[in-house]
Amino acid sequence: MTYVPHTDADRRAMLARIGVESVEDLFGDVPTGYRFPGLDLPEPLSELEVMAELREASEANADLQHNACFLGAGAYHHFVPSVVDHVISRSEFYTAYTPYQPEISQGTLQTIFEYQTMICELTGMEVSNASHYDGATALAEAVIMALSVGRGRRTKVVMAPSVHPEYRATARTYVQGAGVQVVGDDRLENDLQALVEMVDDDTACLVVQYPDFFGRIRDLTGVADAVHARGALLAVACNPIALGLLKPPGAFDADIALGEGQPLGIPLSFGGPYLGFFACKEQYVRRMAGRLVGETVDLDGTRGYVLTLSTREQHIRRQRATSNICTNQGLNVLAAATYLAGMGRCGLSQVAKLCYHRAHYAAEAISVLDGYTVDLSLPFFHEFVVGCPRPVREINEILLDEYGIIGGYDLARDYPELENQMLVCVTEMNSADEIDALVQALEELDS
Amino acid sequence: MSAEHIVATATLNRAEPIIYELGAPGRCAATLPALDVPEADLPPANLLREDLDLPEVTESALMRHFVRLSQKNWGVDVGFYPLGSCTMKYNPKVNEDAARLPGFAETHPYQPEDSVQGNLQLIHALQEYLKEIGGFAAVSLQPAAGAHGELTGVLIMRAYHEARGDRARKRILIPDSAHGTNPASTTMAGFEMVEVTSDRRGNVDLQDLRAKLDERVVGMMLTNPNTLGLFDENLLEITRLVHEAGGLMYGDGANLNALLGIAKPGELGFDVMHYNLHKTFATPHGGGGPGAGPVGVTAALADFLPGPIVTAEACMIDTVTGMRLPEDAAAAWADAEDDWDDACREGLWYRLEMPARSIGRVKAFYGHFGIMVRAYTYIRMLGARGLREVSEAAVLNANYLRAVLKEVYPLWSDRTCMHEFVLQGIVDGVPDVRALDIAKRLIDYGVHPPTNYFPLIVPEALLIEPTETESKDTLDYFADAMRRIAEEARAEPETLHEAPVNAPVRRLDEVRAARNPVLRWRRGRR
Repeated sequence: MTYVPHTDADRRAMLARIGVESVEDLFGDVPTGYRFPGLDLPEPLSELEVMAELREASEANADLQHNACFLGAGAYHHFVPSVVDHVISRSEFYTAYTPYQPEISQGTLQTIFEYQTMICELTGMEVSNASHYDGATALAEAVIMALSVGRGRRTKVVMAPSVHPEYRATARTYVQGAGVQVVGDDRLENDLQALVEMVDDDTACLVVQYPDFFGRIRDLTGVADAVHARGALLAVACNPIALGLLKPPGAFDADIALGEGQPLGIPLSFGGPYLGFFACKEQYVRRMAGRLVGETVDLDGTRGYVLTLSTREQHIRRQRATSNICTNQGLNVLAAATYLAGMGRCGLSQVAKLCYHRAHYAAEAISVLDGYTVDLSLPFFHEFVVGCPRPVREINEILLDEYGIIGGYDLARDYPELENQMLVCVTEMNSADEIDALVQALEELDS
Repeated sequence: MSAEHIVATATLNRAEPIIYELGAPGRCAATLPALDVPEADLPPANLLREDLDLPEVTESALMRHFVRLSQKNWGVDVGFYPLGSCTMKYNPKVNEDAARLPGFAETHPYQPEDSVQGNLQLIHALQEYLKEIGGFAAVSLQPAAGAHGELTGVLIMRAYHEARGDRARKRILIPDSAHGTNPASTTMAGFEMVEVTSDRRGNVDLQDLRAKLDERVVGMMLTNPNTLGLFDENLLEITRLVHEAGGLMYGDGANLNALLGIAKPGELGFDVMHYNLHKTFATPHGGGGPGAGPVGVTAALADFLPGPIVTAEACMIDTVTGMRLPEDAAAAWADAEDDWDDACREGLWYRLEMPARSIGRVKAFYGHFGIMVRAYTYIRMLGARGLREVSEAAVLNANYLRAVLKEVYPLWSDRTCMHEFVLQGIVDGVPDVRALDIAKRLIDYGVHPPTNYFPLIVPEALLIEPTETESKDTLDYFADAMRRIAEEARAEPETLHEAPVNAPVRRLDEVRAARNPVLRWRRGRR
């Protein structure tokens, strides 16, 4: 099956019109000796066969329909209302491309405009773009934007060690050619105060995560003032579900708020595709990367939407663009917009509270188990660190094999000093019964 | 909803209210479970938000809103979409079902490797397929989009030179016909771009190339076939010259749809190339994403790839549990048991691995897995013969339209094209009709306009890429519409300036949008 509609008669007529004998004649510019190399690929399958093969491969995985999941660490298991998949399955949306022709792209454009509005509300920021690839690349673009606001004269970036390890790694990859120094995340002891003190006149920005990678909610009051006093920006990577409950970055006077939008109605799908949301103060909009949609009117005065401020972008500015980014995550923007509107004012805070209360219930129950410790002294949202009696890897193996539970994140993967420390995540998907089962399993496997 | 709104929404072509405007306090489209644990103390009040102004709508209102918005969109499933350089081919529906299989869609990226062998096997197979199709030694599926693949590729070139202690190279050569992402990626990687001119046949100007090649050159970024739809007649000479100067060849794979089973870029002298799964391998464009931009490289560059990537090793697998047997256990079992064949089988075990001298990760996790499932499904259904048929039909379609339309509009080049070609939106004797007018009038004829004003080196460019999934009937309809538009341009040019008139909105005021940016909705503003 190739989805090519031509009959032999069509082909003959078309070749005759072109004035060549055969299709092969159209490839005369390809050097002989390199032409038609032959591909060593498996024999083609029918739709029936390919789905059977894929079903079998997919069933070799332990999925979250069959196993309880207490794993988060940047990708979260949340309830997705049915309406979301029905909306994103409209092929007028998913078979369209970037809305270059606004007259026949109002669906995509208005959706992005609504998404921008909702992200601004959620983060407390003034301007949102039409999205990045994921939270990690959104953070990298925040760093690049801060460097640009610093006009290249500020070459230092202060990064909290409690920012997602893969986000920090991604930012380092992005700036490896730019002669930039990323500091602050080499010692876990560097707390907010220590980080703020590292911000100096060469610093472009301070990057923190809220709640941080370990789930802790830090009060960011005063941080922006201290950072601004040195002429730097404050970028906050935040969890969008937590913002259903928590004071948003904008209320702390952050300059950039960004994060992973996957929790907003996007399946876990083994790590992607996700959605990087990105919002900032209006004064920086011309240094922002990515697409932006603005409201305008048509010739009849009817309200409509267009891509705007595109003089920042690569197709106009080429090597002087704010970023090389060309697309956004259009379909995931649609999913997030549908999710946010579907949950709405009360629904999102309800999800956040379910996560919060159930996580606290789990944390307290685990904290009293012999051999386990949980630090309950700092406020946390839906993730917390559990000190375990043996390597997390071993515990997770038993949890999955014997209890059908996908355990938490092994913090020793990224922080060698956090051996035997597990990052546990609890969401609205984990009922009290499931939490009780986890607690019981942890208790049993240590006895 | 007010009567005014009812009238306004009665016609699909009228403005759709903003989702907030459809709500009322207290409405919610979602139901959630009741709290089944004791309430914990909330964080201190200074950490809590005061308000969250999100829409408050019913599920039915939400669905209608987005269905009505969808009806204001043009997509491949609506009609012809010959947007040059974007490969808007049909997106097979089975791919969508495959990506939604719960065993794929409901797996967490940090699950233990032995609980996601199905995912890793698929990623590994797709890496292998792309290596074979592109003629490369190694592939990383991590990059999220074409531009992301470009940045990745340029960083790999940077790492290669640096590993050799060659730090003086700062320049990247880019033809004047290139996509804007090429120079932008160059800047992001900390390099300077140097433009190379094209000659009148649409090839890289060899004289200009030679003049700009020296020990300062990191390499060259080349789209081939290029954005004029032409296969560079001097390609082997270009790659030879760049390599001779110590540079590397970057292939922008945007136009790979012309080359499946026709030629392997890795064999033609490209050292690194990105693939666009959303163009060549039929995954949906999604209204601007998510796509995927895997990167393939030669053996010399394999260690620099971003990761993790998936590797496979031979092992013995316990037939009951499906798990890998440790080597000593497998050996012991082999010695002890007679029914060895039943208890174990030879198999492959897949793991995530960071390449030895990786440039690092370019995003979180492993890439756009859901897009990989779709592309894998597509390749699996087409096989080698099918993929070659794709490129042959794509090139046949483009050449057919070129042959028909050159009688109506000036062709920039009369060479045999590959999967796309450039017309000039110029009508003799009607100088004030421009490519833009022709593009907008096409909307009235029920066709998505081609890419216009790109490539930049062609005045009034219309870049037309029909793709292989369009029938001769569709192409004939398009050609006829283009012919009629040329006639209209002569007889009644104002029709073109006014166009479109059959779209949900008329031409929009982009200047107003940029001068006075309104980037979000505000309550009570209207």
